[in-house]
Amino acid sequence: MSLQLHDIGLVVEGVAHLDNIEVEFERGRLTTVLGRTLAGKTTLMRSIAGLQRLDRGTVQVDGRDYSRLPTWQRDIAMVYQQFINYPHLNVYENVAFPLRRKNLSEETIRQRVDAVLEKVGLSAFERRRPSQLSGGQQQRVALARALARESDILLLDEPLVNLDFKLREQLRSELRSLLTQQQHTIMIYNTTEPVEAMLLGDTVVVMHDGRVLQIGTPARVFDYPASRAVAQVVNDPPMSFIEGRKTDTGLELTRSVTVPLPPHLRDLANGNYRFGIRANELRLGGSTLQGRVTFSEVSGSETFLYLDAPTGPLALQIEGVHVLEEGRNVGIEIPADRLFAFELDAGERLLAAPATGAAS
Amino acid sequence: MMTKLYLSLKYGAILIWSAFVIAPFLWALTTSFKTASGVTGGPTYIPWLQYEPSLSGWRSLFSSGAGGIDVVKPYIDSVIVTGCASLISIVLGCLAAYGLSRFTYRAGFVKNTDLVFFFVSQRIMPPIVLAIPFFLMLKWLGLLDSKIGLIFVYVALLLPIAVWILVDFFNGIPREIDEMAILDGCTPFEAFRRVILPNSLAGIVVAGMFCLIFGWNDFFFAFTLTFTDTQLLPVAVVALNSSVTPWWSLSASALISVAPLLLIAFVVERFLSHGTLAGAIR
Repeated sequence: MSLQLHDIGLVVEGVAHLDNIEVEFERGRLTTVLGRTLAGKTTLMRSIAGLQRLDRGTVQVDGRDYSRLPTWQRDIAMVYQQFINYPHLNVYENVAFPLRRKNLSEETIRQRVDAVLEKVGLSAFERRRPSQLSGGQQQRVALARALARESDILLLDEPLVNLDFKLREQLRSELRSLLTQQQHTIMIYNTTEPVEAMLLGDTVVVMHDGRVLQIGTPARVFDYPASRAVAQVVNDPPMSFIEGRKTDTGLELTRSVTVPLPPHLRDLANGNYRFGIRANELRLGGSTLQGRVTFSEVSGSETFLYLDAPTGPLALQIEGVHVLEEGRNVGIEIPADRLFAFELDAGERLLAAPATGAAS
Repeated sequence: MMTKLYLSLKYGAILIWSAFVIAPFLWALTTSFKTASGVTGGPTYIPWLQYEPSLSGWRSLFSSGAGGIDVVKPYIDSVIVTGCASLISIVLGCLAAYGLSRFTYRAGFVKNTDLVFFFVSQRIMPPIVLAIPFFLMLKWLGLLDSKIGLIFVYVALLLPIAVWILVDFFNGIPREIDEMAILDGCTPFEAFRRVILPNSLAGIVVAGMFCLIFGWNDFFFAFTLTFTDTQLLPVAVVALNSSVTPWWSLSASALISVAPLLLIAFVVERFLSHGTLAGAIR
């Protein structure tokens, strides 16, 4: 019981928007598709819905080929990142709209609409027009309309991205509890934010440049990013990369900086690699390396630092509020036991990852 | 202080403009109640005091005797021709404009924007260029001097206006709304009918008004393509003008020609200001 995408391909004006996509989405599970803007997430969703014509590939639901089925016969609910509602209908009629298309009885429609409006907390707003609601409420209406349909497939295309920070957090947790109730629905959720993917998804599909790079549980994808590209997508603030050489005794990060060989990299053949380190695992104050602050920003109770070091640019995330003016030199400690090692070839595959557990 | 000056300037400007616009109507109104002697006896404005009001101007519009014409039949003809042509133009215009707004057409180098321009370009050439082709076409179809023939011609003239206004309006409605309707189980045509049309009322009303105004005011084609059986109001009014200009009849007929447009303007203004149409799209 699943939605299967097989060999999906789409080329527009010589640029591959979707390239050889093979994914299976399961019923009752929420799969997040994580990728940066223009990674092809929305295009993939539109292909599933039939709004996007494909060059190659098939879309199958429970073994039935959807590829030639027009959108209106696919019974797929979707929530856009823009708050899309019918401006001429009030909230109740907005949610009832897809149900009326299914020719349900007035009784059933009332029950379903009431129930779902209750769930999203909009019961008091039945008679309002969408334009009389706040952004968060408008998106709830769109969500209510999608849920009321009780369709097999629910697509959520960055539904929270246009909301302000506070509201996004709130709606995200509401969404989580709403979606876990959907036992029989195939749910796909697009997001650019790793945190969102980790919090919501049973499974994460990492996309980049129209290709699926990795599929796995959030923990798996986070702890073992299959390639450098995945590591870049799933880490925010970004992972820093250092090109270095592994010898029998240590890692040469630059000519003059060598760190002792950590146990998890012992099995690597001697040679050149690209090492990666998470922003929250680099530490200030050590004597491993000297770096110059290029940019610093305080966000809540954390400070993000961007440094120029002999090893290349580094990004740090440190607890607490630190005021570090730009241009200042600081010492950095690189904990060798937290280094990821990627190959230097085109694929930039992950070769070794630090032990799990310590990572937050 | 500043606001007081601003307000008085604003209202002053509005008053002057209103007077400028209303003056011809007031002139026509007083003149329509005058007789020959009242018109030639110098500028007079106040009935009973300055001139003796008479209904002869108005009466002449409903008599077909000497010095008068029967305006009832041309009036009905004008209503039928303009109404039908506008209705057809709006219906076809909505469909054409929606297609041009939402679907991509490509016939060689011809693209959507070219098609829109093709529609609009029909209003660029002077109408007189079209008179002879239209005359020959209607003659060939046997529709000269008929209401149906005129409706055809008017649709050809009004459709570009309707398409032009409506394409712009539909372009202003996010495509995602159609897509949402289609996702919600509507066929593309249902999405158009159930979602796009109700959200386009304002645009449709505006386009409809333009069609009615242009159609109602046309003299040229009504004059060149009809003779005796069918006669539209503008032609009938001009026909009043013989060796002696009957100013009183002309004024009266001018006023009743304007009346329907005035009525529509009032209704639409009401409709718009009630917010039924304004702000339908956020």
